[in-house]
Amino acid sequence: MTHMFEPTVIEPGQVANVSRRSVMKGMVGSGALVLGTSLLPRPALSAWDTGAGKMPGGTVNDPHVYIAIESSGLVTIITNRSEMGTGVRTSLPMIVADEMEADWARVRVAQAPGDEKKYGNQDTDGSRSVRHFIQPMRQCGAAMRAMLEQAAATRWGVPVSQVRAENHQVVHLGSGNMLGYGELAKAASALPAPPVESLKLKDPKSFRYIGTGSVPIVDLHDITTGQAVYGIDAKIPGMKYAVIARPPVVGGKLVSFDASEALKIPGVEKVVEVQAWPWPSKFMPVGGVAVVARNTGCAIKGREKLKIVWDNGPNATYDSADFRKQMEATAANPCKVVRNDGDAEGALKSAAKVVTAQYYVPHLAHASMEPPTATVHVFQGKAGPECVAYAPTQSPGGCRDDLAKVLGIPVENVTVNVLLLGGGFGRKSKWDHVLEAALVSKATGAPIKVVWTREDDIRHDFYHTVSVERIDAGIDVGGKVVAWRHRSVAPTIRSTFAAGADHQAPFELGMGLVDNPFSIPNLRCENGQCAAHTRIGWFRSVSNIPHSFAVQSMVAEIAATLGRDPKDVLLELLGPSRIVDPRKSPEVDSFWNYGDPFETYPIDTGRLRRVTEIAAEQAGWGSALPKGQGRGIAAHRSFLTYVASVVHVAVDDKGGLTIPRVDTAIDCGFHVNPERIRSQIEGAAVMGLALAKHGQITFKNGQPEQKNFDGFIVTRIDEAPLDVRVHIVPAEWDVPSSGVGEPGLPPFAPALCNAIFAASGKRIRSLPIGDQLKV
Amino acid sequence: MVTLKVNGQSHGYDGDPSVPLLWVLRDELGLTGTKFGCGEGLCGACTVHLGGTAVRSCSVAVADAAAQEIVTIEGLDPEGNHPVQRAWRETSAPQCGYCHAGQIMQAAALLAVTPKPTDADILSGMSGNICRCGCYQRIAAAVRLASTGV
Repeated sequence: MTHMFEPTVIEPGQVANVSRRSVMKGMVGSGALVLGTSLLPRPALSAWDTGAGKMPGGTVNDPHVYIAIESSGLVTIITNRSEMGTGVRTSLPMIVADEMEADWARVRVAQAPGDEKKYGNQDTDGSRSVRHFIQPMRQCGAAMRAMLEQAAATRWGVPVSQVRAENHQVVHLGSGNMLGYGELAKAASALPAPPVESLKLKDPKSFRYIGTGSVPIVDLHDITTGQAVYGIDAKIPGMKYAVIARPPVVGGKLVSFDASEALKIPGVEKVVEVQAWPWPSKFMPVGGVAVVARNTGCAIKGREKLKIVWDNGPNATYDSADFRKQMEATAANPCKVVRNDGDAEGALKSAAKVVTAQYYVPHLAHASMEPPTATVHVFQGKAGPECVAYAPTQSPGGCRDDLAKVLGIPVENVTVNVLLLGGGFGRKSKWDHVLEAALVSKATGAPIKVVWTREDDIRHDFYHTVSVERIDAGIDVGGKVVAWRHRSVAPTIRSTFAAGADHQAPFELGMGLVDNPFSIPNLRCENGQCAAHTRIGWFRSVSNIPHSFAVQSMVAEIAATLGRDPKDVLLELLGPSRIVDPRKSPEVDSFWNYGDPFETYPIDTGRLRRVTEIAAEQAGWGSALPKGQGRGIAAHRSFLTYVASVVHVAVDDKGGLTIPRVDTAIDCGFHVNPERIRSQIEGAAVMGLALAKHGQITFKNGQPEQKNFDGFIVTRIDEAPLDVRVHIVPAEWDVPSSGVGEPGLPPFAPALCNAIFAASGKRIRSLPIGDQLKV
Repeated sequence: MVTLKVNGQSHGYDGDPSVPLLWVLRDELGLTGTKFGCGEGLCGACTVHLGGTAVRSCSVAVADAAAQEIVTIEGLDPEGNHPVQRAWRETSAPQCGYCHAGQIMQAAALLAVTPKPTDADILSGMSGNICRCGCYQRIAAAVRLASTGV
């Protein structure tokens, strides 16, 4: 079987003209290598401990797995993470290249297929890639550098202390003799990786690429010429194209279908039923009817001609307006207590003033520009059934496991090749689309490309939850906030995995609710019962969106009540620089710190204060603005990173909204690629505006009312914030790296709405803003 | 049989002539640089040049494209050095990059008609192209740069 894109597997230690067999033999002979395992003990060299080891596959730092050097000197570095726009496909290999003293101009990046045993964890989500892999990748590069030095020293017959690797060659310090990496490739690759304790990491001052922001993303040229290969672009000779009609309501099922008219459409070749799994079933396909054709256009036309009878099931009455009323009723009454410092109830009763507000954030669709898609071939191989998949997936490891399960074949017979993702935002952490393509391939015997149309994407998403957040803040006679009660009511992502899950999980509560950093003696968080009636999934920054919107809006509401400056009130609530440890608060159960050790990543209000002060200062906070303009501020810690945004808006006399400027300060610890951090924050302002101003999925009769970009509105260039200034807090190696992809989003909507209030006096508590500003 | 002239080459298509040009370019001719985004002419990801004008290839029947020269991102410049492409690289405009073929084709068409666009021209000219990653700051900068010389 020939596939146009062969899996980009680089055999461990591959060098030119050396077969896999001989390298393997050589390595076995060394007695030191166990392929695909972390050879180097983590704690010994880790500057900081992370939760990476608890992820499926953990971490791998073995240069034999990640680096191949050809005799030409070309260095191939594998990236185990998926590229969906963050730049990680460049950033992780850049870490390796810098540590091994490779010349980036002679480095090629290759994408690892799904194999977590070999490459370590591959879930590109949770803003974890750099924070979990910067240390293993530095170790990997440092080990390769040591192996190259050892190979040169052996060649010259000199002590290794007399040689130094430098910019793609090893120099003998005494004689000035030099050997290029290509010349040393074979000997160096045959060496065992040195013990991690022996590795000498580079002094960060001598980094060539890390921290400079000078390396463009590796796919930049290809993107501009149409040569970059995304998931939707996969080609397998002989492949057919399929679209699928899916049950319109989650939990519904196919009763019967008539394909006779569809089969009359020219180009339509087959119509097959797609196996369904009952809801909830994680990421299993919802079933339906697949139309297979010579091209996607014919398949879409054929699908329009299907006559299908659905049973819409128990969620057919899901109605967003009704559901909102139910959630508000829940939030009006005591809910499950999930944090309880002091006596908030008593303090609210005795407060001189109580400020109460309720906030609403609707369901959102991910709407990545590349919709879900996959190209899969299930075929009879030499040793039994095999499956080769090409997909834009954030999780090739989990996807591979489930392909094997669904097809009933050994996981070793399944290859998941990761192509570029045309956006992900959490949608492509779910691999239902890949399973669908496999099922249709198995049913038809042909390689199949399944494409979700935009309507499929918007109507069958794993939606961002819908949320009602009610906050009651008690203020004493001196104007000090003495009580804070925050009730959060939202369907949980757990409902996509387990029937009946109706309270937020620790990982959702830890995203901006129970990790509240405020210095308030009586602080109570509650979580209301709320059942899901559609598929709920991770959306970029997840529960931080509603939690941060409520908390950071409330700060400005308190400031307005007190007639004070919102930034001053925010800083006062953040309190003195200190560590806030929710694990010590009563009623906090299984506090979730983004899966990482609290000791490495505590909640440091000093860092939150600092980004607040930087954003305010850079934005010219406090300086006069014309009538109808205003600034709003919000600060939020998420994914272990501290972000504050100041949004400057103008609201005209008809309610038209423009955003002259955004200043965002981010403290993500030691960072690799400041240029891509900037682009993530720029993009977060655009996505933040989209969700604040327009974004909503509403359900009627169990079905989303939006279908395409005319109903699910996203930001376009003519309303986007175009002056977004990003202020990255400098950090040395002693400040652990934290997330970048997601943390920019949560503060944006509250900062925007706080700015709108400052400009117009109109307080937005219900998203999207829509036409609420219209006069 | 529909004969298409794409990037200077002739191609025959013997299928349903009413399907959108987009799918023939992508699935039949293998020109996957042109992207699918919405299928309704709402997002601009599938933008190509038809007779020198930017069109949404998802909304043009392949039969209606037969008479005119079609240029896709693959054919915009033989070396990928159209000023817009160079400006895109200069500004590191893309994040995921998926919509950028359409963005570049739209920008190239805009500059062909309006070589020295004002900021308002750029915003209105590019407002049909959605970027979900939110690269608009750099897209605007790239178009401006392309118009002033890279």
